[in-house]
Order: sequence, then C-alpha cells, then structure tokens
Amino acid sequence: MSEIILRDVSKTYDNGYQAIHQIDLTVREGEFMVVVGPSGCGKSTLLRMVAGLETVSDGEISIGGEVVNDFTPGERDLAMVFQNYALYPHMTVEKNIAYSLRLRKLSGQEIQRRVTEAAEILSLTDYLKQRPGRLSGGQRQRVAMGRAIVREPKAFLMDEPLSNLDAKLRVQMRSEILQIQRRVGVATLYVTHDQVEAMTMGDRVTVLRAGVLQQVDTAQTLYDRPHNVFVASFVGSPSMNLLYATLNGDGTRLQVGSQSLAVSAETFVRRPTLRAYVGREVIVGIRPEDLTLEGAGETLVGRIGHIEALGSELIVHFGLDARNYVVEDKGGSAEEVEELLEETALTQHVRNVARVAPRSSVTTGDAVPFHVSMERAHFFDLSTGESIW
Amino acid sequence: MAVTSTVAPLRRRRSRRSVPWGAYSLLAVFTILFLFPVYYLIIGSFETPSEALNGIQAAAPTHLTLANYHSLSQEFFSSTITGSLRGFYTVSTLVSLIVVAGGLVVNSLAGYALARMKFRGHRTLLLLVIVLVIIPFQAIAVPLYYMLSGMRNTVVVQALPFIGSAFSIYLFYTFFLNLPPQLEEAARIDGAGPWRTFLQIILPNAKPAFASVAILSFIQIWSSYLWPLMMTSQPNVYPLSIAIGNLVKQQSTPNYGEMFAFGVLLVVPMAAFFLVFQRWFIRSVASLAVKG
Ligand SMILES: Nc1ncnc2c1ncn2[C@@H]1O[C@H](COP(=O)(O)OP(=O)(O)OP(=O)(O)O)[C@@H](O)[C@H]1O
Ligand SMILES: [Mg+2]
Repeated sequence: MSEIILRDVSKTYDNGYQAIHQIDLTVREGEFMVVVGPSGCGKSTLLRMVAGLETVSDGEISIGGEVVNDFTPGERDLAMVFQNYALYPHMTVEKNIAYSLRLRKLSGQEIQRRVTEAAEILSLTDYLKQRPGRLSGGQRQRVAMGRAIVREPKAFLMDEPLSNLDAKLRVQMRSEILQIQRRVGVATLYVTHDQVEAMTMGDRVTVLRAGVLQQVDTAQTLYDRPHNVFVASFVGSPSMNLLYATLNGDGTRLQVGSQSLAVSAETFVRRPTLRAYVGREVIVGIRPEDLTLEGAGETLVGRIGHIEALGSELIVHFGLDARNYVVEDKGGSAEEVEELLEETALTQHVRNVARVAPRSSVTTGDAVPFHVSMERAHFFDLSTGESIW
Repeated sequence: MAVTSTVAPLRRRRSRRSVPWGAYSLLAVFTILFLFPVYYLIIGSFETPSEALNGIQAAAPTHLTLANYHSLSQEFFSSTITGSLRGFYTVSTLVSLIVVAGGLVVNSLAGYALARMKFRGHRTLLLLVIVLVIIPFQAIAVPLYYMLSGMRNTVVVQALPFIGSAFSIYLFYTFFLNLPPQLEEAARIDGAGPWRTFLQIILPNAKPAFASVAILSFIQIWSSYLWPLMMTSQPNVYPLSIAIGNLVKQQSTPNYGEMFAFGVLLVVPMAAFFLVFQRWFIRSVASLAVKG
C-alpha cells in the first residue's frame, strides 16, 4: 500500500504540444481518486505518465515514497486497466490473469491460489479456460480487473474502463469496481470523461481542463463550492445555468437581462469578496434544481422551450433575455471567447434549464416565472472565471 | 449507407429468384482457362512424350506411366556430372529454409522496430525500405555478383541476398502498425521486457503476417533462377530451377514428358507449402480481443 504523489508534473509531446501543465496531485493510500475532464484534456496522458508508458517531461512522480520517473512500467509495480481491456487474445482467461505472476516467478501453487481467488471475486470461474474473444464486454472487463487484482500491486490505474459497456452494465460494474477497490485497499487513479461516474465513484475528484488542474475535492465540495466557472459547469447534470449579470450600485439587486433579482445582505456575509464587485458585471450561476415553479421569493420569467419528462422530474428548457456565459472545454484565447460571445448572443433563446417536480403544469411557449434560490446562487469573476467567495 | 441498404435487399431478392447463369458460365470458362495448364502439366507428366504432345487427346490419355519420372531419376540425373534429383532437392530445400526462416526472424524484427520504436533517422529508414521494395533484383544482381563471387558454388550464397527483404519488412511493418499498442503496454505493465513482449505477446498474434511472408518468400526463392545461374557452376550445388534448365538444354530432342515430370517435381513442394500455411491467412485478425 502506498500513495501516489505528483509534484509539478508537466508533459510536452514530441510534436511540441504541451498536454499537461505543472500538476500537483496526491492520491492517498487506499483512496479512489477520479480524474475527470472533457475529451482531450490530458487525462490519459497523466495516467500514462504514472504508469510509465509516457515519459515525464518535467516534475516528479513518486509511488510509495520512491521517485519512479526513471522506472520502467514493470518496476513500478502498478496494475492498469485499459479502456479496450487489452487482453492477450491468444491466452485463456486464466493465462491472461496469471501472466504477470508468472513473470514475477511466483510458485505455481501461489499463482493457482491467487487466480482462483480473483476468479471467484469476479465470477469468472466458469470462463477460466476460454479465450477472451469469446467473452462478452462485461466479462472481458472482469478479466481485465482480474489481471489487475492478482498482482496485489501498489496502485490501480484505470483509463475509462467502463466506456465500452452499455449503460446498465456500466452502472453495475461501477459498484463492482468500487467494492473490489475497497477490498484490496490500494490507491487508485481512475480516469473518466463522465462526470456522473466521477461523482459517484471518487473519494475525491480531480477536474482537469486543457492539461491544467482545476480543483481536487470530494464530489460534494466540487458541487457546492466549485473553484471556478469551468468546474461549476462541468460538475452536475444538467449543468449549471450561467448568465451575465450586473450588481447594481448599492449591491441590493442583480440585473439579469431586463429583469432583476434582490440580493440579500446575507449573501455578502457569506461571500465577502462579492463586495468588490458591486456595480460591476459578473457571471451568476444557478443550478437547475434551484429554479422552482412554486415557492416564494424572487423570480425570473422565462419562455419555455422543450420539456423532458424523466418521470421523477421534469427538465424544463427555457429562454431568458439575458446573455448566457458559455464555458469552453479548452481555455480559449480572448479572440475565441469574443467570437463565442457573438454566437451565444444569437442562440441565447433556450439555453437555461430548470429541474421541476413531475406533473407540473408547464407548456412549451408559455412565459413562466421561476423562483430563484438566491442564497444558493454562485458568482464568478468575469475575467478570470474564478469563484467569488 | 442509405444507398446500400435499399439496394442490397433488391439484389438478394433477384438472386433468390433466378441463378445468374451468364455470370456462372463466364466464371466456369475462366476457371477452365486457369486450371487447364496445371492439369495438363500433371497429366502430361504421366504420358509418353508422343502422347503428351498429341493435341487435345493429351488431356484424356489412354494409359498412364511413371516412365518419365523413372528416366529423370534413374537415367538423366544419375551421375556426379549431371547431379542427382536428390541433390537438387536438398539444395533447394536448404536455400529456401535459410531464406524463409532467416527472413522471418530478421524482417519481422526490422518491421517491428520500424512500427514501434522511436529513433533518429526513423523516417529516412522507412523511406529507404519503401524505395528498396521497388528496385528489381536484376538491377543489383551484377554488383552482388562481384561482392560475393568468392562464395560461388555454395549453398549459403544462394540464400544470402534474399534473407533481408524490403518487401517482407514492409509487410511486417504495416501489420505491426495496425496491431493495437495497448497489448504491448499491458505486457510492459505486467513486467515483460521488449524481447519477451515480442516473443510471447506479439508473435502469437502475428501469425497471419508470418504466414504471408513465409509463403511469398518461399515461392520467390524456390523458383529463383537468375541468381543461382550466376553463382553455381557445379552440379552438386544446383537447385531444382537450374536443373530443369539444364535438362532442356541437354536433351538433343526435347522430351516433353520428362519436362512435365520435372515441372511437377518443382511445383509440388510449393503447393504443399502453401497449403500448410494458408490456414493462417484465413484466421482473421478480427478475433483479437481488443475492441474500439
Ligand atoms: N503521442 C502524442 N503526441 C502528441 N500529442 C498527443 C499524443 N497523445 C495525446 N496527444 C494530445 O494530448 C492531448 C491530451 O490527450 P489525452 O489522450 O491525454 O486526452 P484524454 O483526456 O485522455 O482524452 P479522451 O477523453 O478523449 O481520452 C490531446 O490534445 C491529444 O491530441
Ligand atoms: Mg483518454
């Protein structure tokens, strides 16, 4: 059992592209750490550096107190589960699982014991003599897990191990992987682009954007206190509504398009820094569940677009006459952001989402007042995107 | 997509209703055209020389004989001056064995290195291989002759220039390029070094490539003529291809029965070799347990 520590780690590929920018990250002993971010943000790169499959351009990676930058993947004593499983096609399930043990020259008896045990945990006992080609996706996934756990490695690395499975199996394997990880109790670095997977599985979640670490926290903290507008919009589904707004001169009201919302004094107590933004434009963030049809308090009137009835709730899309703030996957240049703003000005109509009780009487095309829980609203600096606390 | 999905059922319906006799008869004609020479070669080798040349009747002989084979082995190639059938076979087999076995080792490693390893001059080397593929052997035969003339009349020299083959390297290269790199990465993480990875993980999954290269290089070396003609002048190191040439030259009146028989002797090992290895051709790489 050991922890994984990344100190100031950067990666520049041979073609000059810098995929990872100075990341500091600690995966504690036994911790399930999820790295999440949009496609191409460098998650796999990060994981592969830990595994030793990519060189580290700058910085230091240590596992169990030992700097491993110059270790081969084999010497690092990690187990990795690949997205496409990467099972050896020509070996039976049993041989696949046992391969690393045979390389480590364990006794036949010990290998037998560990393989049997792993097969039992993963309900693979009946398939030990089969080749991977004959197995279903879920079974291959289990074999890949088996290959990882028999090693009794210092850490698990997993790169989107569930993305090739169908939705139902994915949910099932999520809990299986978690159970196994708890049982084995080794530090785990788990990469996914699926924020639901990240939130449900991780003891802590690392949010990555364009190779830059955004925030490392528990799922709940990420949700409640995102460091910046990117994390705020990335975490949570449907994502947070983000609108351009202006705090008026005395800080009592927030102007959102042609409408305005009262800002209580308590808001400023909770977020002292917000004082500095009085009279300025900010980004206000409102989670879909903080917009309700019934209730008291301030409202924003929106025109309802389409409605998704999910049974347990309604997802109501609606338009406001306020500009939406759009978060890009990559931190773009000023020009790109400008362009994007123009685009959004044109397509601003139905960009906002509310989660309301099922069987609410809403109809597409209606103008409806949504009650806003202002005490739960988020504020972000317009130029930096940082949260205002 | 839309186009194929509407057209395909139509075609299927049509073929179910009527057999396309026109296409079938055309295919049959071509099949006969291609197979007839092979048939003629085989059947002719069991006929007397006069019968073998007896027009269309040669295809349906009245009686078969082993005389041609007998005279080849017992009379024609029976002395140290002429060399023996057994000797020719030995030489051809040895040369082919060296070329095929050596070639598989050398070229697969070269192709693997080109496909997977990063090193300086990688692109240049790859380009060089591709250029070498299109240079015909005839173009370099004479310089080679001078380089290797000290080794004339040996078995080894007949094989040497053909072990390293740009074409085989390129074939391996493209195959390894398409093999998912995750297999090797998984092996590295499991603790396998480069050699072990190659031998235990890559090789078993590269059988189709090895089979293709083996078949192609065997066919090439088994029937090679120019190089052994340049490098051999003694019957004890003649390969089969040279011997059949000598047979034609040395007969005062051409004996087609014997020539046919020799032709069969030359072709049978090739056919056998192909039959043994072609099943790996069919084994599809799609059976790899790697998805996506
Ligand atoms: N070998 C390479 N050479 C150059 N650039 C690379 C290389 N591998 C990846 N990249 C680039 O580095 C960036 C990060 O890639 P990476 O595979 O780590 O992303 P990811 O977050 O895992 O994405 P995904 O969710 O799609 O798997 C991408 O922009 C990619 O194009
Ligand atoms: Mg990836």
